[in-house]
Amino acid sequence: MQTLRASWFGFEKTWTWYRRNWRATAVSGFLTPVLFLVALGLGFGSQVRSTALIGGVPYLQYLAPALAVVTAVQGATFEATYPVLSQFMWQKSFVAMVATPITPAQVLYSQMMWIGSQMLLRSVVFVGVAAVVGAAAGPGILWAVLFATLAGLAFSAPLVAYSATLEKPEAFTNIFRFVMMPMTLFTGAFFPVSQLPQWLLPLVWLTPTWHGIELSRGAAFGTLGLLPALGHVAYLVALIALGMALGVKFFHRRLAT
Amino acid sequence: MRRELSDLFVNVGRVENLVEAKALTKHFGSFEAVRGIDVEVRRGEAFGFLGPNGAGKSSTMRMISCVSGRTGGDLKVLGMDPEREGPKIRARLGVVPQLDNLDTELTVRQNLQIYGRYFGMSRQRCREKADELLEFAQLADRADHEVEPLSGGMKRRLTIARSLVNDPELLLLDEPTTGLDPQARHLLWDRLFRLKQDGVTLIITTHYMDEAEQLCDRLVVMDGGRIAAEGSPSELIGRYSTREVLELRFRPGAEKPDLERFAERVEVLPDRLLLYTVDGEQTLATVHEHGVRPVQSLVRRSSLEDVFLRLTGRTLVD
Repeated sequence: MQTLRASWFGFEKTWTWYRRNWRATAVSGFLTPVLFLVALGLGFGSQVRSTALIGGVPYLQYLAPALAVVTAVQGATFEATYPVLSQFMWQKSFVAMVATPITPAQVLYSQMMWIGSQMLLRSVVFVGVAAVVGAAAGPGILWAVLFATLAGLAFSAPLVAYSATLEKPEAFTNIFRFVMMPMTLFTGAFFPVSQLPQWLLPLVWLTPTWHGIELSRGAAFGTLGLLPALGHVAYLVALIALGMALGVKFFHRRLAT
Repeated sequence: MRRELSDLFVNVGRVENLVEAKALTKHFGSFEAVRGIDVEVRRGEAFGFLGPNGAGKSSTMRMISCVSGRTGGDLKVLGMDPEREGPKIRARLGVVPQLDNLDTELTVRQNLQIYGRYFGMSRQRCREKADELLEFAQLADRADHEVEPLSGGMKRRLTIARSLVNDPELLLLDEPTTGLDPQARHLLWDRLFRLKQDGVTLIITTHYMDEAEQLCDRLVVMDGGRIAAEGSPSELIGRYSTREVLELRFRPGAEKPDLERFAERVEVLPDRLLLYTVDGEQTLATVHEHGVRPVQSLVRRSSLEDVFLRLTGRTLVD
């Protein structure tokens, strides 16, 4: 209870910042995903023949629930890198927080709360727009909000922990290039992963995006079985738990030694 | 402005030593930052940690502020063990870090209110406290400006105001005026005096000797992780220096005369001799009589700086 309260105060601070500065992230957070949906789903999709492999639905509807997931993971990746390092090194807000009754672990929780709420907010907006432009096959697309947020947290939790170990931001560029980018393009959002070479699949299965897409798309089209669903959720939750456990350790090391 | 009557009752039976350290040590890997220090800070006093860079002041401060754990020895802050009751102790401390860590993209007022929330204060209370502290720090006319463009002095004042948001019993200031211009320093000293008057106990680290003489009732000089001396500024001057110092400057490279017999102690610097003596003018007259002709001479009162340099040496620490 105490922990939740303390973490909430940290969340409040970021929210206060956001209320003043939300315009700075509005384009990347809300507009870009919608532009992708319009350009690829509506524009490019108008030239794509629906096949059995994509479930026989229009490409726009095939794309939308998955795009919610990849954009959430992208957004979470950004939130888990520069802003985290900055609050250790440049702004030092985390350093200021642990001089109060707030503990390093609670600082981490407040940060994860913030990332989760951001992904939730963005996914709600995205799914709303998707419904308006006819990208929703049915009410099942609402599940995308939950699964996109979950996938975003699953990737950002270990990444936040990693960011807490860094002294300079150069490593982030490599994460964007060599992890986030392929994870966006080759985990089944834009085309079925069965089109990939066999040997790549185990790598795909490791990514939180693939699990998120399986969940989100399966829920949207009503093809998701209970057992696979539990399996995917368990994997994502395990990543969050692992990331947070490491995060608690690294936040403590960074802020309290 | 600070203490309400009810506080007096709450604090009945409170501890009189706000900080008690015995054989306190702190290691970072194989580096021993603090090598066994004994310190007592009494309620209501202003206590100073002096020492060159790397002396262990900041490590000690971090342990007292219950942010970093100790490696060995005993430590009690407000009568409690930081290891076990860190958050509870921190709730009653104010901390002014060496480097400002304000939320520069928020307004001055928001910085104060948000910090109050960290202590679990109600929004209403945070609003009131922010107004009060804006006056105290002379920042009321900047209340709704963003922090980023403020001057160094204003940011420092805001950092100090922020540290007072929870009405701390013990205020820890790590080099509070480093990098400020004289006007800003004097204004800050003024504010710190007022806090002391109001019964707040202060712990200050500094390497400005005038700051220590101005503010501290008692201080320790640290060097290499140990305490080299302890006392009030005047006691330390009495113990490690003389009342006055005569400085004689010679031409660079010129041979300097041996004047040991005319002073209690002589310190030989590249082109200066410092003669520690009770009466500087008298000593100057005597050396003149003996045919010593410096290019420049200066008689001054002995200061804490002389004590400091005597105890910690003149070698540059980087």
